[in-house]
Amino acid sequence: MAIEVGKILQKKKKYILETWISGQLENDSLRDDLISNEETKIQSEELLDAFLKRLSAESTGVGTGDFDPVIEAVDGISITRAKKGFSPRDTATYIYSFKDALLKCLHEEIRNDPGTLYTESLKISKQVDELAISTFETFIKSREEVILRQTDEITEISTPVIRVWDGILALPIIGTLDSSRTQVVMENLLSQIVETGSSIAILDISGVPAVDSLVAQHLIKTVSATRLMGAECIISGIRPEIAQTVVHLGIDLSDIITKSSLASALNYAFTSLKLEVRKANKI
Amino acid sequence: MILVLSKDEMAIIKEQDVVPFRNRVKEYAVKIRMGLVNQTKLITAASELVRNMLKYAKGGKILIEVVSQDRNTGIRLTFSDKGPGIKDIPLAMKDGYSTAKSLGLGLPGAKRLSNEFSIISEWGKGTTVIIVKWSNG
Amino acid sequence: MDKIPILRMGRFLLVTIQVDLYDGLALTLEADLIKMVDKIGAKGVLIDISAVSIVDSFMGRIIGNIASMSRIMDAQTVVVGMQPAVAITLIELGLPLKGVRTALDVEKGMALLQAMNITESSEETTNDQ
Repeated sequence: MAIEVGKILQKKKKYILETWISGQLENDSLRDDLISNEETKIQSEELLDAFLKRLSAESTGVGTGDFDPVIEAVDGISITRAKKGFSPRDTATYIYSFKDALLKCLHEEIRNDPGTLYTESLKISKQVDELAISTFETFIKSREEVILRQTDEITEISTPVIRVWDGILALPIIGTLDSSRTQVVMENLLSQIVETGSSIAILDISGVPAVDSLVAQHLIKTVSATRLMGAECIISGIRPEIAQTVVHLGIDLSDIITKSSLASALNYAFTSLKLEVRKANKI
Repeated sequence: MILVLSKDEMAIIKEQDVVPFRNRVKEYAVKIRMGLVNQTKLITAASELVRNMLKYAKGGKILIEVVSQDRNTGIRLTFSDKGPGIKDIPLAMKDGYSTAKSLGLGLPGAKRLSNEFSIISEWGKGTTVIIVKWSNG
Repeated sequence: MDKIPILRMGRFLLVTIQVDLYDGLALTLEADLIKMVDKIGAKGVLIDISAVSIVDSFMGRIIGNIASMSRIMDAQTVVVGMQPAVAITLIELGLPLKGVRTALDVEKGMALLQAMNITESSEETTNDQ
């Protein structure tokens, strides 16, 4: 006689739910400071329903049943809990206490058939373990999304364009210059040139830790693009180590105007625009 | 694994087909919210390749697909013609090489402007070039 | 068939490109422009591409051609109004348009042409002496 585990557990649904909740109380994972007991009950019931539905579908041979509603329920719980400040361990413990409740019920119902009890317990245990792993994956995925969003924000705010003088822009670049950042810098710089009608841009790289051939390529591209627009681009803030690296790597910067300090770059810019800085005579 | 979200095809027979083609590509690029610089790079690369197709093969077909992979959405363009084909692909991919008095920047340039580039050609049978540009470059 | 209008400003010519240039149109423009340069003895040509959102190698070649032809006819060429996205794409494409002078807008372009003109005429006077 095939014991239909699904049906058995369905009948005992209420019992399982209660056992589960009291289990959470015992191991202190209820966290009613972060989520109301009401909500916990609703979430738990949803998960239990989905799980038992699938179990029934499987044991009556209606096909493997769709695991998706179960995963969906778990993901939903995972995400809400993560948002409310649950640690991934908290949420996983919650799922494991679900397993405890299921197995306890199973044990009580088919205790006179140890063979089947073992097989079925193992099966259920494996399935619930899968759910626990899924909660970790969801947590990590949402973390990665936060990191991505922050990366975008950092890229945007870390390349300010400063109007140093009428017609002169300065861009202090802080951090590494990769190809996607270069495109952002170029876009910013060029659109500011158009907006302010500036003819000279000073790119200060004292905040760029290392300049290899790739970074040099990006700098050269930026200078070329600026020239194409009809403006000039000066690179300043070149540290002695960078000058060494550039020469050792055989990078040709002869076509680019370079200055070691922002001050000398500014001086050059003023001269180009036929501007003079003098000490005032009058008091 | 690349998923295809939408498919569209255009035939290029004469010069006047180029502009509507460029506009159609732009439409799709705007739809997936591609930034302006990436849009410009994509359409410029497409322009190079469609001109090649007209010049060497008297036209061909272009498949425009909206694709997605992991978190990225992008545009994939497949240019197929039944023209004379390219005998020496590495040579054709060199900057400045041209068999028709042009600047010789079409193929290598299109590659630089795209995120992914592949070319298959058989001498006497035809050429297929596929490029992909992701929305966030 | 459309034609690109060429405006005259003293000894300078101004061409504003607002439509996509295809082969026929581009060749007509080159021909018309060079005829005008000859006709008025133009000293400078200003090409305004502020309305052009795509410049591929074909268009780049046309601009280069116009600059070379004008130089032969003793006129300077300045390209103005390039859009940032176009500039970035041209560099990536490998078309830095080295032989072509550029300026941000028509005003700056005119100033540049005039400055280049003055340098040329002063050079001529020194040579004559």
